[in-house]
Amino acid sequence: MSAATSTPSGSATAGRTLPLSEGSLLQRLLRGAITPGGAVFILLAVLFVAVVWVNPSFGEPPQLIRFIGRTAPIAIAAMGQYYVIVSGEFDLSMGAVIATQVVIAGNYIGQDESRVLPALALMLLIGAAVGVVNGLATTLLRVPSFIVTLGTMLALGGLVRYLTGGAATGNPVDSFRQIGRGGIEDVPVLDVLPYPVIILAVVAVASVLLMRSPFGRTLIAAGDNPDAAGLAGAHVWWVKTRAFMLSSLSATVAGILLVGYAGVHPSVGSGYEFQAITAVVLGGVVLGGGRGWVLSAAAGAFALELLFSFLNFQEVESTWRPTVQGLIIILAVAAGARAWSYGRRPSRTAESAPPAAPAASPTPARPGTETGEN
Amino acid sequence: MSATTDHTSPSAAEPREPRDSVRRRRAARPAGAARRLDSTGLIYLVLVGVIAISVVLTGMEGRNFFSQGNIWAVLTAMSVLGLIAIGQTLVILVGSLDLSVPYVVSLATVIAAGGMKGLDANIAAATFNALALCALVGLVMGLLVSLLHVHGFIASLGIGLVVSGYLGTNYQGSHGSAAPGLRLLGRSGIAGVIPTAFVILLVSALLVTLLLRYTRLGHHLYAIGGNQSVARMSGVRTALPVITAHVLCSVFAGIAALLLLSRTGVGSPTIGSQGRYDLLSIAAVVLGGTLLAGGKGSVIGTIGGVAIFAVLDNVMGVMQVNPFLKDFVRGFVIVLAVAVYARRSVVRRPPRFGASRPVLPVPSSKGDPA
Amino acid sequence: MRRQIHRAPIAVATALLLGVFATACSTEDPTDGGTGSDETTESSESPDASESPTEEVEWFDQAVYDEQFDQRSATFEGDSETPYLQYIDGEMTDTSEFKSDGAKKACFANASISNPWRQTGWITMNQQLKALQDDGVISEMETRDAGDDDNTQIADIDYFISEGNCDAFIISPNSTAAMTDAVERACETGKPVVVFDRGVQTDCATSFIHPIGGFAWGIDTAEFLIDNLEEGDKVVALRILPGVDVLEQRWAGAEKLFEENGIEAVDYFTGADPTEIKKIVTDELAKGDVQGIWMDAGDGAVAAIEAFEDAGADYPVMTGEDEMTFLRKWEETGLTGLAPVYSNFQWRTPLLALEKIFAGEEVPKEWVLPQTPITEDERADFLEANDGMPDGHYAKFGGEDLPGYPEVWQERQIP
Repeated sequence: MSAATSTPSGSATAGRTLPLSEGSLLQRLLRGAITPGGAVFILLAVLFVAVVWVNPSFGEPPQLIRFIGRTAPIAIAAMGQYYVIVSGEFDLSMGAVIATQVVIAGNYIGQDESRVLPALALMLLIGAAVGVVNGLATTLLRVPSFIVTLGTMLALGGLVRYLTGGAATGNPVDSFRQIGRGGIEDVPVLDVLPYPVIILAVVAVASVLLMRSPFGRTLIAAGDNPDAAGLAGAHVWWVKTRAFMLSSLSATVAGILLVGYAGVHPSVGSGYEFQAITAVVLGGVVLGGGRGWVLSAAAGAFALELLFSFLNFQEVESTWRPTVQGLIIILAVAAGARAWSYGRRPSRTAESAPPAAPAASPTPARPGTETGEN
Repeated sequence: MSATTDHTSPSAAEPREPRDSVRRRRAARPAGAARRLDSTGLIYLVLVGVIAISVVLTGMEGRNFFSQGNIWAVLTAMSVLGLIAIGQTLVILVGSLDLSVPYVVSLATVIAAGGMKGLDANIAAATFNALALCALVGLVMGLLVSLLHVHGFIASLGIGLVVSGYLGTNYQGSHGSAAPGLRLLGRSGIAGVIPTAFVILLVSALLVTLLLRYTRLGHHLYAIGGNQSVARMSGVRTALPVITAHVLCSVFAGIAALLLLSRTGVGSPTIGSQGRYDLLSIAAVVLGGTLLAGGKGSVIGTIGGVAIFAVLDNVMGVMQVNPFLKDFVRGFVIVLAVAVYARRSVVRRPPRFGASRPVLPVPSSKGDPA
Repeated sequence: MRRQIHRAPIAVATALLLGVFATACSTEDPTDGGTGSDETTESSESPDASESPTEEVEWFDQAVYDEQFDQRSATFEGDSETPYLQYIDGEMTDTSEFKSDGAKKACFANASISNPWRQTGWITMNQQLKALQDDGVISEMETRDAGDDDNTQIADIDYFISEGNCDAFIISPNSTAAMTDAVERACETGKPVVVFDRGVQTDCATSFIHPIGGFAWGIDTAEFLIDNLEEGDKVVALRILPGVDVLEQRWAGAEKLFEENGIEAVDYFTGADPTEIKKIVTDELAKGDVQGIWMDAGDGAVAAIEAFEDAGADYPVMTGEDEMTFLRKWEETGLTGLAPVYSNFQWRTPLLALEKIFAGEEVPKEWVLPQTPITEDERADFLEANDGMPDGHYAKFGGEDLPGYPEVWQERQIP
């Protein structure tokens, strides 16, 4: 955990500071490292050392920056998924959105250079629209987001394949693909600075700023306890809908990068929703909402990719990969579940109700649909 | 957590879950029969509507929806997904999720087929081994969820990945052979209209309904799903029901696997993933009116949800709908149907109960910060 | 707190359980020597179902390998202008009992159209259907798509048997062993049954249509790489997924030859996802030089080539497939390559077989279609012939003389 998260929750604890925001920066860092959101950075460091140990050339700056570049799409997707998860929801439609954007890029742009900008606008528009649909169906129609986004995943995936006959016409012009494939050449030390790294950095900074803004605080509050957030005057439905839009837009950006990195293919993006959720969870973000740091989600994505690279370098039979992945997720989350409670232990009076049990708040009779006994 | 919580939390003997005293009474109570019947009734009303449309559409193709072969096809399609969905209902009721079912199904088919080796004499042992292994997988998940407080989504996703890696490494292609007796069961039925598999589904549904309505365990399942902390404060040992639900879910997946095996005749390490049983079973459960967050729902509703899926697929098959478009329709119907129930339950509540979020905060991972 | 005191032992217990679970599974292995079905056909597609699940599942079958090795140079009966009607001389099925006049209804149980190869074939098949409908041979074809699911396909076949009013069955099995019983039930109706692509473990079908097979693919590709590489060179093998017999045999054949000729080969499963392919190749290039790329299907080949470009490495010697995306990239880069073919035109053959069957003409019991890789010399011709086709199109789709050519394939109209 870090200041980014502790600030909003601190402000919510009415006049009490959480221990994480007390003390010097170093103390805070140390304390932060034992929370799941911080522990992922330690995991990241350990994995990095392991990979470099197995394959020393991986540590060279040009190699490393390329690795960061190719991990950018999943890291950006993970940050998008973070908004949704921290607000207490799920977005399973991410992979379908990526596939849709990739196919649009291939079929709409084609070899026509002049269509690059309209295509970008169109893709962002579609991304936002999917987010709005997911968000409104979740908040206003009150369908669980797991189901809404499962529906969007099926519907969008089916529709795109139906309209395109299952395969894209071909790759779009190279200038469009440069976004995900190219970079600034002749950079000292790095050799080349891939555009995806720059985009990732911009997205990361924007995310941190966003999470420190009133929107970010409301988002976490809405995930922590929507009833309380609603009472405090937040428009929970609109906050959550914006989270879904951010998620779909992140998927769109990931899709644009993947068009460049991998090319146009309907299977690009498949499984990204679970990868992104896994990354977010590895980053110590709690499913159900209310806790976690946005950069930890990105770090979770890097940890996951490093793990895969490590397995590749170790020549672990690729059929065992899911098993290792499964064990790591479980261990990380089990450890996380402990660490969150340790991190929170001192604040006994502020200790509290998880959103699942939204607490006997001043509106006593609010056993909403989620906890309802009948 | 919010300041509001602090006001109501007396530092009592259980300072970690001090809230919810107001709701204890409600949440710890099993579902009231009257209102469940209402919502179940609505689900079956939707089913009747879907069937009516299907009858018309099937008729336009020059076929009869109620012909012997078609009914057989619909009921068969319901059986496997239905059994898995019954298990999924239990897990969801208690506030968890099970994404590992496809891999458990695959695992059970290869273990059972490998054990049977095509001989009737091996049926009992192979069945026992397969179901015992399923139970073990469910037990691990249950322990992770209840004692280590790993979210059901993650626990089952992780275990599913573990099993899939094991299957991928050790079973490449079909494996073993079902006993002739089991294959015969796969083809048998009552009067050529009702497959034995469907009878098994109905019996299972009945048993689980009885379990939920009339046993202490069943009541505890609802109570924990409604609010785990309150349930524990009311004296419910929360770990046992959660573990039981996961074990039962995996065992039902195992039974479904045996039904699949009775049809295919060989174990297959991918048969579960082929059927997309993880997401479809969850969708069917929610379609059947069970709350994804737990605490409310019924197996009868789930069977209705499964039937809606089966009829929908059947009529799309008869109409030869483009396979890609089928997914579009499925996705659309899932959201639309659930929206109908969700809206309705909001409307039906007295106003003061109205505004509440339909989110998925499964209590298990964080419902207990201790 | 009471709960916290209990936490540590519980964690240990769960970890132990996880371990027990893993070992419990692995110890199952030696006891699992299932027998499988006895009725394996001579079909090249049928894997030995009676293998025990050890680490090294043996997909290699010397007899089938030898047979396919020879078939690559066999003489095919019929006109090479219509390769979809060619076959290797062998046992023929007498179809005089099926001879009858009038348009017939065909029922097609399709495994899926979930990859570009199947989509292209499915388009071709529908245009072939139109041609035969115009000729008054086939009245209609009812199709059920199983969406890659064995259980659904079994139900589809049963539905056809009871409700379809079918005059003939065409089945493209989703998997070999699981579909055997259902195909036998279709045979028991006494109507003609045509099986194509993957096989089943029964020879009850009137005709089983398939290209030479996976081993032939493996031999063609491995020999090409061996010829163009030095001993000790490294080949990265990119495979789609485990457990599908037609794909496993491709690798089993190639792997054997690589081993015999001192080529170092590492294989990965990619799910045909270009993102995955590119990452794997990039990691391999980070580890050391890679001289060759072998693929068990060319879908996603471009990502592998681009990984070399982005890493600034020399192009590999590579085998892809006759998918347009690979042919185009191959020409553009000028790398040393070969496009093996799993003849897509086989999707025409089942309906044409029905035409013969209802005319009372004999058809091959096992209809082995030609399967010839596209070499660099032939590449330009195929690129020209398929100009304007989408990337997911297959060069040897064999539908040039069908109605709707080329628009239907260019626009990829899937019925």
